[in-house]
Amino acid sequence: MTRVVHYLNQFFVGIGGEDAAASGPASIEGPVGPGKRLQALLGDDFEIVATVHCGDDHAAGVPGADEEILALARGHQPDLVVAGPAFTSGRYGIACARVVAAATRAGVPAIAAMHDDNPGLEDAGAAVVVRSGPVAREMGPSLDTFAAAVRRVVVGEPVTGEHGRIGRVPRRNVLVDANAAERAVDLVLARLAGGGDSEVPLPRFDRVPPAPPVPSTADVTVALVTESALVPDGNPDGLESARATRWLRYALEDVDELAAGQYRSVHGGFSTVFANEDPHRLVPLDVARELEREQVIGRLHREYLVTAGNGTSVSNARRFGVEWAAELRRSEVRAAVFTAT
Amino acid sequence: MERAGIPTALLCNLVPIAQRVGAPRIVPTRGIPFPTGDPSLSPPEERAWRRRLVERALEAVCTAVDGPTVFEVDDRLGTRA
Repeated sequence: MTRVVHYLNQFFVGIGGEDAAASGPASIEGPVGPGKRLQALLGDDFEIVATVHCGDDHAAGVPGADEEILALARGHQPDLVVAGPAFTSGRYGIACARVVAAATRAGVPAIAAMHDDNPGLEDAGAAVVVRSGPVAREMGPSLDTFAAAVRRVVVGEPVTGEHGRIGRVPRRNVLVDANAAERAVDLVLARLAGGGDSEVPLPRFDRVPPAPPVPSTADVTVALVTESALVPDGNPDGLESARATRWLRYALEDVDELAAGQYRSVHGGFSTVFANEDPHRLVPLDVARELEREQVIGRLHREYLVTAGNGTSVSNARRFGVEWAAELRRSEVRAAVFTAT
Repeated sequence: MERAGIPTALLCNLVPIAQRVGAPRIVPTRGIPFPTGDPSLSPPEERAWRRRLVERALEAVCTAVDGPTVFEVDDRLGTRA
């Protein structure tokens, strides 16, 4: 009997939607929601002994949430941790990916399911992730793929693209008949004929459903965010100037202006001379404070969020966006002004 | 951020790229290295231009859109040297 612990978010476990997104990690005996169907597909050799769940804002936004969730899961002595399917839900995908990554690091076999476009995909590290459909309507076929991959993971068989694997797949050396030049020409010919898949997957952009507007900015908290790499002088936290893997936050409480010499841009993708002469050219704090005093802006968020948008991978940029959204939602920010270079 | 329900005005110079990646609310600016500035203006003029940009951004987050939408700023206030 293989003991399985299943991770779900607050929605799929039935606690609530966005109203319950801040809920912390908790555990329920046995399978819940999609876990019941997964249990049926896995059959009698498997038992989903517990379902661990957490609100998406907590799971994606609170540092260490993955370890908290894993600790709850390990309390049930799992042989395997499964997470999702998360479809294209960003925060949920990040949570699933981090939970399976944490489990894998701890030596517990783990597998997650989500859509290829999910921004969490990159966070799964070496853990196995298989493809789900884009939306929960495709729960049925997504669970079929998931259950089949779960069986392979448990017996230690490789899960490959053929089994729906996505994300970082460890490369294996294989001998092929045609050399790279021949394969390149074959690919060009296939492309001319309207087909042909690259051997190296390319980043994909997706469509963003716009948020509804706020009725007025006079009653809400507005955040300033930027990818211009504006940081305090000396770059105390070491923000990368290119290919950023993280983002930072700096306090704006009691700060009315960003003085030259006290803030600098470390962005490596444009000349920062103008910005360093007057950092408001990157982060418009001076006029935002003025608009706050005039009550055009209800309140300015207590910090600005910053990264360097320079050769940043699409997956990291997606992750920053999801993490910023979770961060701002927790702080009850309702709108953002985003300066980009 | 938009997907999570936070309307976000993107102030940037590379409008076609912002549209291509699907940013819903775009406010065009005058140069890549200074999204909320214009070094060709005098300091008071530049500050007035910055204020117009931020006011436009605030209008953008108060406006319903159904796809990438460009919120042009009235250019008469402060012109390039």
